[in-house]
Amino acid sequence: MKLKIGHLYPDLLNLYGDQGNIRCLQKRLAWRGIEAEVRQVLWGEQVDFSDLDLVLLGGGSDREQKLACMQLSRIREKFCRFVEEGGGVLAVCGGYQLLGRYYQTSRERIEGLGILDIYSEWEPRRLVSNSILKSPLAAAPVVGFENHGGRTYIGKHEPFGRVLFGYGNTRSSGQEGVIYRNVIGTYLHGPLLPKNPQICDVLLQRALERKYGPVGKLQSLADGLERRANDMIVERYCDGAYVMRERLQRFL
Amino acid sequence: MTFPGYVARLMDPEILSVLSGMVQGGVIAVMGTNGKTTTNHLLCHVLRGEGKRVLMNGTGANMLNGVTAAFVLATDRKGRILADYACVEVDEYASVKILPKLNPSCVLLTNLSRDQLDRFGEVDLTYERIREAVESVPKARLVINGDDPLLVSLLAECANPAVTYGIREQIFPETSRSQALENTFCRFCGTRLEYQFIHYGQLGSYRCPGCGFQRPEPDYAAVNIAFWKDAYIFEIEGFRLQMEACSSYNVYNTLAAYGGLAAMDAPRDHFQEAVSQYDYGNGREGIYRICGARVQLHLAKNPMGFQQKLSLLGQDLSPKDILIEINDEAQDGRDISWLWDVDMEILAKAGAKRIFTAGSRRYDVGLRLKYEGIESSTASDVREAIGRLAETGTKNLYVIVNYSGLYRTSRMLREMEET
Repeated sequence: MKLKIGHLYPDLLNLYGDQGNIRCLQKRLAWRGIEAEVRQVLWGEQVDFSDLDLVLLGGGSDREQKLACMQLSRIREKFCRFVEEGGGVLAVCGGYQLLGRYYQTSRERIEGLGILDIYSEWEPRRLVSNSILKSPLAAAPVVGFENHGGRTYIGKHEPFGRVLFGYGNTRSSGQEGVIYRNVIGTYLHGPLLPKNPQICDVLLQRALERKYGPVGKLQSLADGLERRANDMIVERYCDGAYVMRERLQRFL
Repeated sequence: MTFPGYVARLMDPEILSVLSGMVQGGVIAVMGTNGKTTTNHLLCHVLRGEGKRVLMNGTGANMLNGVTAAFVLATDRKGRILADYACVEVDEYASVKILPKLNPSCVLLTNLSRDQLDRFGEVDLTYERIREAVESVPKARLVINGDDPLLVSLLAECANPAVTYGIREQIFPETSRSQALENTFCRFCGTRLEYQFIHYGQLGSYRCPGCGFQRPEPDYAAVNIAFWKDAYIFEIEGFRLQMEACSSYNVYNTLAAYGGLAAMDAPRDHFQEAVSQYDYGNGREGIYRICGARVQLHLAKNPMGFQQKLSLLGQDLSPKDILIEINDEAQDGRDISWLWDVDMEILAKAGAKRIFTAGSRRYDVGLRLKYEGIESSTASDVREAIGRLAETGTKNLYVIVNYSGLYRTSRMLREMEET
């Protein structure tokens, strides 16, 4: 078996470690003896969605996001079809916003792909925090780091998780990210997948099943280090005294 | 020491402007993601070597209170500043508040890349803040790394007088270029820049095929660069320099300092001696002897800096042990995602016998290495781990730490050296 993973515009959308998600998908396939091929689609290059099983869209600055959007608008319809046909997508931060109808920044309106009926609006206060979610896709808590000026309104869509710690989509909705078919949109960097291997495996499982039909449960891997990195964040933010200390430090 | 600055500003909010105005020869503000501390210390070192009285702020005291404190503490009993020059390291984020008060004659910018994104948001926002800060002091002469397209964009957007410096020779090893590209799109027309070569990050010889924006011919250049017996030898404006540092980025720092001196029209007749005697580790990085082992301490606080350190480590072909300590205190940046932007595979080929990870984010470092196929063990007690590696290891130990662990670890290594 073999999966083809497309990394869209890594030269524009590569804010802080998102390529770690690619590394994670790749390695967790390799460790199970499944082949993985990663295609980097750079600025100005064409994407052939019919040839891809999974697509990663990372985050960039508002300026870079606008440049990426100009590229994406040309492949909008094909991207939409890919999603509707069950193609796997992980869209992080800026990439997540681009899935929606638009992103209203402080200066202008960046048109999105409109794949999902969601939209984002910029607010001056950036939401920056370690975050912990309870997601329907994983038994363990999902941890990551969010850092965004935009607030994303997901309407009737299902969220990626319920916020246990951190801010989430709008700071007040208690929801983070979005799930639609085999698409996960989220604000969480970290990068997301290495510390949340269950999420990685969900993406892989679904992509394999779409391509090869039922493949059975994926072979489990030795995830001790993954679990400890995840636990460390969860334990830290369960400690009220620590949380208080960290909040106070923000004002010093 | 930032508290005196806080108090002084309570008494007189304009105190920094007043005191800065008393400096006779010139005030230079040094900014940039990497290299500002080394460059600033070198500037100060050269000027003192010329017999000048120089005021400097301490490392880390680069926010408004810290800078103000440096000036307040330098006053005499009559409240006067008796200094010929002031070399001031300025935090990029705080520059908007500091520069209008400091009113420097020169602003030196070393490079701009992602750093502490939890504080800065994104590199573009840092850029905007710097632009605003520089525009608030329109007479200040900019000294800019011309190999950095992001900084050169500033020249077009600000009316300040400016000079640039740059390196045309390819002195950085292949391993110093990370695969994570950033800031490589033209700020004016959005086209991807074309590079003749890249030093590291976005630094190099670039040109925009869209609008013709390109690397300027530098006013100051380091040329004829050679590496020989653990030292770099090169020339700047006829000065033949020998630098006791094996890191290529210190050629940049030296060149930046020279550009700053020239832009201030400061004396620099003894630049050659000053450079040859300068400790590029600033007393924080350095080499220690513990249990007969050579222990090197390195600071790496952002992806570009980390990549440079790994590249340096990769040049040492002898067997080695490595300890990487990453913390996520407020000064470090709470977000350590950047570890995944560093090409860690250098470590796999670096002849590392044992790798330990430490610090509050030791599991994250271990995980990063695991996904590169590199085995490591976690250490909860840094001192114990260093002791063990020094005693039973290859006798060649590298310790890489990010900011908050640096002083603690360097103190610890000094203590261990003595006992």
